[in-house]
Amino acid sequence: MREIKYVEAVNEALMEEMENDTGVFIIGEEVSCAGGAFRATEGLFEKFGPERVRDAPISESGFTGLAVGAAMAGLRPVAEIMYLDFITTAMDQVINQAAKVSFMSGNRIKAPLVIRAPYGIGTREAAQHSQSLEAWFAHTPGLKVVMPSTPYDAKGLLKTSIRDDSPVIFLENRILYFKKGPVPREEYLIPLGQADIKRKGKDITVVALSNMVPKALEAAGMLSEEIEMEVIDPRTLVPLDIETIAGSLKKTGRLLVLHEAPERCGFGAEIVRQVSEQAFDYLDAPPKVLGGLNVPIPFSPVLEDACVPSAEDVADAVKKIIPR
Amino acid sequence: MKKETMPEALRIMYRIRLFEEHAKKMHKENLLAGNFMGALHTYIGEEAIAAGVSMLLNKDDYVFSTHRGHGHFIAKGGSIKKMLAELMGKEAGCSSGRGGSMHLFDTEINFMGGNGIVGAGLPLATGAAYRAKYLKTKQVSVCYFGDGAASQGTFHESLNLASLWKLPVIFVCENNCYAVNTPVSETICIKDVAQRASGYGMPGEAVDGNSLSDVYTAAEKAVARARDGAGPSLLECKTYRIDPHCMVAGDMRKKEEIDKWKERDPIKLSEKWILNEGIAGPDDLRKIREEVAEEIKEAEQFALSAPLPDRKKFREEAMDIDGSKGALK
Ligand SMILES: Cc1ncc(C[n+]2csc(CCOP(=O)(O)OP(=O)(O)O)c2C)c(N)n1
Ligand SMILES: [Mg+2]
Repeated sequence: MREIKYVEAVNEALMEEMENDTGVFIIGEEVSCAGGAFRATEGLFEKFGPERVRDAPISESGFTGLAVGAAMAGLRPVAEIMYLDFITTAMDQVINQAAKVSFMSGNRIKAPLVIRAPYGIGTREAAQHSQSLEAWFAHTPGLKVVMPSTPYDAKGLLKTSIRDDSPVIFLENRILYFKKGPVPREEYLIPLGQADIKRKGKDITVVALSNMVPKALEAAGMLSEEIEMEVIDPRTLVPLDIETIAGSLKKTGRLLVLHEAPERCGFGAEIVRQVSEQAFDYLDAPPKVLGGLNVPIPFSPVLEDACVPSAEDVADAVKKIIPR
Repeated sequence: MKKETMPEALRIMYRIRLFEEHAKKMHKENLLAGNFMGALHTYIGEEAIAAGVSMLLNKDDYVFSTHRGHGHFIAKGGSIKKMLAELMGKEAGCSSGRGGSMHLFDTEINFMGGNGIVGAGLPLATGAAYRAKYLKTKQVSVCYFGDGAASQGTFHESLNLASLWKLPVIFVCENNCYAVNTPVSETICIKDVAQRASGYGMPGEAVDGNSLSDVYTAAEKAVARARDGAGPSLLECKTYRIDPHCMVAGDMRKKEEIDKWKERDPIKLSEKWILNEGIAGPDDLRKIREEVAEEIKEAEQFALSAPLPDRKKFREEAMDIDGSKGALK
């Protein structure tokens, strides 16, 4: 199968959905000729023109709200926030408006929009350009939250997200953007709420989010002679496929959850809660979350790299959970 | 503007220019060596603004900066040693290596930080002005922001609040014609950002931001008004960013346009003015430039030899950043 970059997979999904449905349009900063800060929307302006690929001023609250309103009125906007961190300036429109309008209207009005946002740590851009904020959105009823780790997943999930009638927060990892992976030429969709087992194993279930997936797989390779790690990527946090995780625990009895966001009130805590409540009997050891440090992200590379778990840290954590 | 202060303003402009030339070189070398050091937003071509405004400020006046803050920092009197160390992620940096180029701080001169969020500085500067009025300190608060930031809600809300409560703040819009690659004509429907001032009941003036004396003259009025307790002003300085947005993003501007603006280099314009007026001679200017070059060398030595932050200590401290310990006792 051909291999393309994650960011190219995002681009293809947008292209196909814009072809499929004339109600789909894109709005964001420099999304037209420049193709967005990371070229995810490259070529779309040339094909679909300025009405459907709309450059907005630096007015996140305004253009995100506009996207919500356009969705309420029947279009299917895809808003791009240049860096996820900047969504903070549009939070009323996301949390009080988009997330709630369907419920508050007794389901009379829907807000079928996607908010795409590159995010993540590792580019030496410091505290206001490096955050992993997925837990905020997962904590807000009314939003779906998608966090793909591979080009294949990014494409299939983005297409489904655009067709979904709920507001979807679609989080694209900046480090993964430029990694390649197999993506078929034929059209496919991936349903929201379906985890993917990225590596089979019998000794421990490692649930990893986004950029922690490749690190978990690397750790699995490092330990493969002694330990068989099962690596699960939930792919969507809301809805969450807890069955696949519980099914794996039935076999392994041990759980490690990985994310780059700070551990405190992170999404790992939610997975551990659900497992503790629903699959406690499967556990042979205390479940563990390994996440980011509880700090704003520093600029200095030596410190930035100390903020999130590496593949070695994952391997160490796995070894601690499994008795020798 | 007093003639004898011109060479000192020019010294500040040299300091900004030479500092950034050095920072650019360092950033590029790092990139080539595979060490990506984030974004570096240079101020080259816009130096007259910070230099002109800062000539009117006292050490304890507040400055709120942007992502493009090296020039604001230097003009306010910040240490280039500490700023260079910051850009290298050193513990001796002005933000202890935690902030980097976009987050410069210096409390000794009330330099209240760069900002990674476009438009975020306006309410903050309004808040510092609130304190100055509250305690009747006679300080003023300066907020620099770009043409792009004028499209943020914070711009509109802050101007209204500051005007409503007659706060001593000077909103300095650095209109460099672009926000990244978006020309200002595609983000606002009026000719000058300064026109917006009237909607909030404050004076607004658009000036040639590449002219040191024009910036100075306009800022003088705005600072005096703020100090007198008459309230805020909006000062728009028309200028141009010579470098690409941040050294790592693509540049879609026309070369002819960039070249045209290079001819209006604020440093060249100031030099010419000083020489024409007979305030100083070519040798004097050369000497100032050499002294500044020497300062940059010293800063480089300082920053290079400064130690990196300690990873282990940082991780330990992080466990208790807000009083919640990491583990059960
Ligand atoms: C809220 C927010 N949106 C977007 C960005 C990304 N961004 C950084 S600088 C910039 C352009 C800013 O333009 P302007 O205000 O004119 O300042 P300039 O860079 O021209 O000095 C953009 C879009 C950001 N940092 N913060
Ligand atoms: Mg600008």
